[in-house]
Amino acid sequence: MTNVITVSDLTKTYGQVTAVNHISFSVRKGEIFGFLGPNGAGKTTTSRMLTGVIEPDTGRIVILGHNMMQSPVTAKQLFGVVPETSNAYPDLTAWQNLMFMGELYGLSHNTATEKSKNLLSVFGLSKHAEKKVKSFSKGMKQRLVLAMALIHEPQLLFLDEPTSGLDVASTQTILSMLREMNNRGVTIFLTTHNMDEANSLCHRVGIIKSGDLIAIDSPEKLKDTIGQMHQIEISVDGILSEEKLVHLPGIIRVTRKADKWIISADNQDITIRSLVSLCERENLPIVSINTVKPTLDQVFLQLTGGVSS
Amino acid sequence: MNIRVIQEQARRAFAIAKKDIRIYYYKPPVLISGVLMPIFLYLAFLMGNKPLPVSFLIAGLLGMTLFFTATAVSPVIFPWEGQARTLERLISCPVAPESIIFGDMIASSIFGIVITTIALGIGLVMGAMAIHWALLLSAIILGALCFSAIGILMSVPPTAVPQNIMLLSTLIKFPLIFVSGIFIPIDQLPAAGRMVALISPLTYFTDIARFSYTGEGVFPVFVDIGVLLLFTIILTIAVVVLHKKTMPLRI
Ligand SMILES: Nc1ncnc2c1ncn2[C@@H]1O[C@H](COP(=O)(O)OP(=O)(O)OP(=O)(O)O)[C@@H](O)[C@H]1O
Ligand SMILES: [Mg+2]
Repeated sequence: MTNVITVSDLTKTYGQVTAVNHISFSVRKGEIFGFLGPNGAGKTTTSRMLTGVIEPDTGRIVILGHNMMQSPVTAKQLFGVVPETSNAYPDLTAWQNLMFMGELYGLSHNTATEKSKNLLSVFGLSKHAEKKVKSFSKGMKQRLVLAMALIHEPQLLFLDEPTSGLDVASTQTILSMLREMNNRGVTIFLTTHNMDEANSLCHRVGIIKSGDLIAIDSPEKLKDTIGQMHQIEISVDGILSEEKLVHLPGIIRVTRKADKWIISADNQDITIRSLVSLCERENLPIVSINTVKPTLDQVFLQLTGGVSS
Repeated sequence: MNIRVIQEQARRAFAIAKKDIRIYYYKPPVLISGVLMPIFLYLAFLMGNKPLPVSFLIAGLLGMTLFFTATAVSPVIFPWEGQARTLERLISCPVAPESIIFGDMIASSIFGIVITTIALGIGLVMGAMAIHWALLLSAIILGALCFSAIGILMSVPPTAVPQNIMLLSTLIKFPLIFVSGIFIPIDQLPAAGRMVALISPLTYFTDIARFSYTGEGVFPVFVDIGVLLLFTIILTIAVVVLHKKTMPLRI
C-alpha cells in the first residue's frame, strides 16, 4: 500500500489561534479519505496547506513523492483542487475557464479543447459553454469547478465541501462522479460536514477538532470504537431474567424496552455468543437479535464533544 | 530551474496575462484611470495655452499617457482576485508566484503600450514627427514594464478592497505627473521638486521621448535608458519579493 499523501507534524497558527496543531496522517493510493470536523476545526486550513495555497508553520507534506515545500509546482501539477470558496472566473465563460485551466496545467491547445468538450458534456454544461459564469446557478458553478479540477486528469483530487449548499440532484451528480473517478483509481481527499456523505463514500475518515486530529479510521471501525454504543437488542419467546443477563461476560448495562432487552457490552462478539448459549440452556427460542451500531453522526458528536444521543 | 521549466512557466504567465486582458481591461475603474483620466489631463493642459512648443508637449503627453495607462490595470488585479476568491484557485495551480506576477505585469504593460501607441498615432496625424522612432518605441516598451511594476507594487498591501488601492495609486500618481518634466521642465522646478523628479522613473521616460522628438534632453539618452532599466529591475524584484509575502494573506 503506497501513500499518496504523507503529512507529519503539520501546524498552522493565526495569531492566538492554533488552527492546525501538530497533525500527522497519510492517505493511501486509491482511497477516498474523508476529513471531518466541526466549523472552525481546521479542515480548510489543512486542505490549503496540502494544496500549497498557504505555508505551514511546521511540518512536512509529501504528495505523490514530492515535497510540497521544496517542489510545489511539480507537486501541484499532479493533483486537482476544488477549493472551499470554489470560484471560477465570473467574467469568463465556462469554456474560457476550462481552457485557462488547461493552459495553467500545460496542456496543448488540442488536448485542452478535447478535454473541455468532454467535461462540459459529462457535467451537463455543454449548452452553457459560451455563457459567462456569473450567470450560473450555484450547482452549475460547482460542476464547472469540479470539471476545471479534472482537466489534466489528476491522480489525486482535493475537495473542500464540494456539495455544501447544493440540492439533492446536484449533490448526487457530484458524488457519483467522485465514486466513478475513484473506481478508475483516483485518490480523493474530501473535506465534508455531511456524515451520510462520509459514511457512504469514504474508505477512511479523519476527524479534526480544534486543530487536533482526534480519530482516524474506517467509518465502521470508528463506530466500533465508541464502546458504550455497542448495543445488542434481543427478544425471546419466554422470560429472560435480568439477573441471568447481567452475569454474562462483557455486559455493562441491561435495560428493558418493550419486549426487548437492550444490552450494552464492551465486546460484542463474546456477548452475542454467551447470549445465544444462555438461550440454548434456558431453552428459549430467539425471536430476534440485532446489533445496533452507532451512526457516524453519533461517533462524530461524541468525539467532537457535541451532544450525543 | 532548468530551461524547460522556465519555458513552461513563461507560457503559463502569458495565459494569466490573457485572462487579465479578458477580465480587467473593461472594468470601469480601469477605464477611468487608464482612459478618461489622461484625456481630461490632456484637455486641461491644452486649454491652459502655455507658451510651450509642440515638440515639448508631445513628449510630456506621451509620458503621461503611458504612465496612466500602464498603471491602470496592475494595481487592481490582486485585490480583485482576492475579493472574487479566484486567487486561491490560481495559487493551487502549478504556477510559480513569479508567473502570476509577471502575467499581471504583461497584461498591464500591453494596455499601456496599445493606448500610448494610439496617442503616438494621433500625434503623428497632428504633425508630431519623431527623429528617433526605434528609440521611442523601445522606450515605450521599457517604460510600460517599469510603470506596470510601480502599479503592481501599489497593490502589495493585502486588502481585498480594490477601491482602497485605486485611491492609493491615484494619490501616488498625480504628484509624479507634476514633477516628472511633463508640464513643467525639470529645470524650472523648485529644488524639492527637482529632487523628487530624480527618483521618478517617469522623468527618464519623458526625457527619452523628448530626445526622440527634438534630439535634446536634460540627461544624456544612455543615462535615461540605464536609469529606467535599473528602476524596472529593482521594482520588479521588489514586487516579486513583497507580493510573495502578502499573497497568502489574501486567502
Ligand atoms: N486567514 C485566517 N486568518 C485568521 N484566522 C484564520 C484564518 N483562516 C482560518 N482561521 C482560523 O483558523 C481556524 C480553522 O479554520 P478553518 O477554516 O480551517 O476551519 P474549517 O474546519 O474549515 O471550518 P468550516 O467547517 O467552517 O469550513 C478557525 O478558528 C479560523 O477562525
Ligand atoms: Mg472550511
